[in-house]
Amino acid sequence: MAKIKSLLNSCLIMLGVSSIAACDIQQDSGLASKTLLYCSEGSPESFNPQLVTSGTTIDAVSQQIYNRLVKIDSDSGQVVSDIARKVIVSSDAMRYRFYLRKGIKFHSTDYFTPTRDLNSSDILFTFSRILHSDHPFHEVSGGQYPFFEGIGLSQLIEQIIVVDDLTIEFRLVDPQASFLANMATDFAVILSAEYGEQLINENRKEQIDQMPIGSGPFKFKEYKRDHYIRYAKNDDYWQPESNLEQIIFDITPDNSTRLAKLLTKECDVLGYPSASDVGFLEKRSDIDIKDSTSMNVSYWAFNTEVPPFHNPQVRKALSYAVDQSAIIDAVYFGLAQPATSLLPPTSWAYNADSYVSQYNLEKAKALLVEAGFPDGFEMDIWAMPVQRVYNPNASKMAEILQQSLKELNIKANIVTYDWGTFRKKLANGEHDSVLIGWLADNSDPDNFYRPLLSCAAAMSGSNRSAWCNNEFDHNVKRALSTADQAQRKVFYTNAENVIRDQVPLVPIAHATRHKVQHKYISNVNINPYGGIDFSATQKGKP
Amino acid sequence: MLNYMLRKFYLLIFVTFGVTVFAFSLNYLFPGDVLTNMTGNQAISTELHQILIEEYRLDSNVVFQYFSYIERLVHGDWGVSFITNTSIFEQVFTALPATIELAMYALLYSFIVAIPLGILASNPDRPWLDKPILALSLIGFSMPIFWLALIMILVFSINLGWFPVSGRLSLIYDIPVSTGFILIDILMSEVTYKAEAMFDALTHLIMPTFVLAAYPTTVLIRTTRQSMHNVLDTSYVKAAKAKGLSDFQVLKRHALRNGLLPVIQMLGIHFGTLITLAMVTEVIFSWPGIGLWLVDAIHQRDYPAIQGGLMVLSGMVFVATILFDVVYMIFDPLARRHGHGKI
Repeated sequence: MAKIKSLLNSCLIMLGVSSIAACDIQQDSGLASKTLLYCSEGSPESFNPQLVTSGTTIDAVSQQIYNRLVKIDSDSGQVVSDIARKVIVSSDAMRYRFYLRKGIKFHSTDYFTPTRDLNSSDILFTFSRILHSDHPFHEVSGGQYPFFEGIGLSQLIEQIIVVDDLTIEFRLVDPQASFLANMATDFAVILSAEYGEQLINENRKEQIDQMPIGSGPFKFKEYKRDHYIRYAKNDDYWQPESNLEQIIFDITPDNSTRLAKLLTKECDVLGYPSASDVGFLEKRSDIDIKDSTSMNVSYWAFNTEVPPFHNPQVRKALSYAVDQSAIIDAVYFGLAQPATSLLPPTSWAYNADSYVSQYNLEKAKALLVEAGFPDGFEMDIWAMPVQRVYNPNASKMAEILQQSLKELNIKANIVTYDWGTFRKKLANGEHDSVLIGWLADNSDPDNFYRPLLSCAAAMSGSNRSAWCNNEFDHNVKRALSTADQAQRKVFYTNAENVIRDQVPLVPIAHATRHKVQHKYISNVNINPYGGIDFSATQKGKP
Repeated sequence: MLNYMLRKFYLLIFVTFGVTVFAFSLNYLFPGDVLTNMTGNQAISTELHQILIEEYRLDSNVVFQYFSYIERLVHGDWGVSFITNTSIFEQVFTALPATIELAMYALLYSFIVAIPLGILASNPDRPWLDKPILALSLIGFSMPIFWLALIMILVFSINLGWFPVSGRLSLIYDIPVSTGFILIDILMSEVTYKAEAMFDALTHLIMPTFVLAAYPTTVLIRTTRQSMHNVLDTSYVKAAKAKGLSDFQVLKRHALRNGLLPVIQMLGIHFGTLITLAMVTEVIFSWPGIGLWLVDAIHQRDYPAIQGGLMVLSGMVFVATILFDVVYMIFDPLARRHGHGKI
């Protein structure tokens, strides 16, 4: 008994101590008001955006840790200076000379202290890693650079020449109008060559992508997979310093938990609210919600190598079975625009009358009879298993299509795997048709056409239709090597007409991305082509 | 006394043997390569494969394999996680204190609340207190705790905004881990925001503790009430009363100690349930304890982690059950006469 008593006593004393400490909250360190909490939807795959294509990773890493040579102004969509203060493009669009800013410092952390400022050798290091298979870091973390492979960077760049410490020149094989836009994407971040050397000496090369060093507004402090990422302010930042002491990515995959955390102020800013919650959030007076037009599209792609989808008539028939308005109501809760072309209407190359989509089962039936399938057939619809901004619920979308197809006597089976397997099987072309989508990396329309439908993409597997059409490819290529915007738009309209004619895929919707934050937070930038940016964010009184 | 302890110790050994055999056999029962399940290494090269086969004694029979497995367990080599590639042993023992902490506070809370309530309810002079307390405890007992947790989150977090919904400390505060017990860690840390962090940690503690305590509290109330009834009915209490002792004196000198004995025993019996409920609570409140960790491992099919979590959790339940038994025995000499250890 005496033992129990003393145990009780000691516990009570402990509670007493803690409550005294708790009452003593006058000495406010102010840390809470200088910390931004962002509830993100998943863990990043890597801390190097060069290696990934996922939006989650780009959000978490790109704008916080790194800078680029040039960047995209999120208001105007134009390419503006970043690390390079000036770019001179030769008249044939084949030589790009970048003049770098003086005095940009890489992060000083527990694991790396820079001895020199950023210079041309860092730029050379960064891009050599991607381009040259004999570069010491090329094979580190898998040796895949999907974005740069997608735009064919290694075939495009003839040579990179270091002119002097702060001048570097890229020479291209072919003229390419979208080169600068690609350099401005969130993938084209600049790494530190000095850090690379240090890691080679310490024989810990893989650390370069796990414990990142960049020159951006925040530096990496701590990461716990599936829990959080902690960034601290970069005190040596070359642009106006952030008002925040730290930003924390609270990784919360569950939609309703994320929403609850927002409401209890455990997060200040919410990434990707579920579409069904947007209506509720709009009614709250303490929450700010804005839609930003996102450069994305969701589509239904047919595997054109598998019969009967090799027949354009069948594909066209099926395109009449897509009930866009039902899908937008049920899947997007009205928070999307019906797609009339692969390009969203915000793109400058969008042609308003490029494609008029109708839901017309009579037409579909007639076309199927013409194609020789009056009694229908059986097919698979693959629905991607993850939620993306362009498609919050692919299974539901598939169910709606399934209903329409039933009217055409087509029996559709909905197929899904876990995301990794799904992508692998998709790249192998094991599907009949798939519901998937695309989020653009930059403002150039080329970013929609080439990665999704070109013959090169059919080879590398990112062309989900496995479709290769010379006329389409020709137009896209011509558009790419032309500098005049009006002229380019004509080529893209031609390309769009080929798509309308051949229907390798059916564009379904362009989703709006929502930015949800508490009213006391200001200046969060969401780049329509990439990640979220907290460098100018301010936090008021909660 | 020593004899009794030894018997309990033997029991512990047998049970541990059973659990390790089960965990060991999981290596073969889980899908995939046995060596991969054991090491957690998913890309074993050919050279490494040979070395590992020898190290793990996979070339000899199952008995040898089992002993080499035990040897590694004892050395803290529990393999690495499929998902994070970090040592499972380390992960388990960073998560465990959080669970122990939560369970401890919940138990403490239920002691403080339940025992006085149970005594009050058992008082024959105040029968009008009995029914409401009993009703309350029955309601608490029959309420599923995940439901209770969600209701509390809805009311106190989302509507009133008093308490946070997840975790055990806001991510704003970066407290170095030394003991793994958050309040102690905060007190020991040398940060400028100690008081704020302490306050924050306490607001995080309140709801999970209350939710987890609901079940043991209701069990304790009823056990205390019943056993106090029994004690107050005995002739020695009646004799004490007849001698003219006050109610309080009777309670303090004669009734309490004897009345609380079954309570200790009941705690031991219900400890396993408490840990199960702690897992549920952890998942709902994202409390970073062993339960949440194990559930995550199961979701991600992280086989080495599932084995590790299983062993630690069952080990914890055994040790606690036996500890409660020993405590019970210290207080109740009669218990020592039991011929065999039991669990």
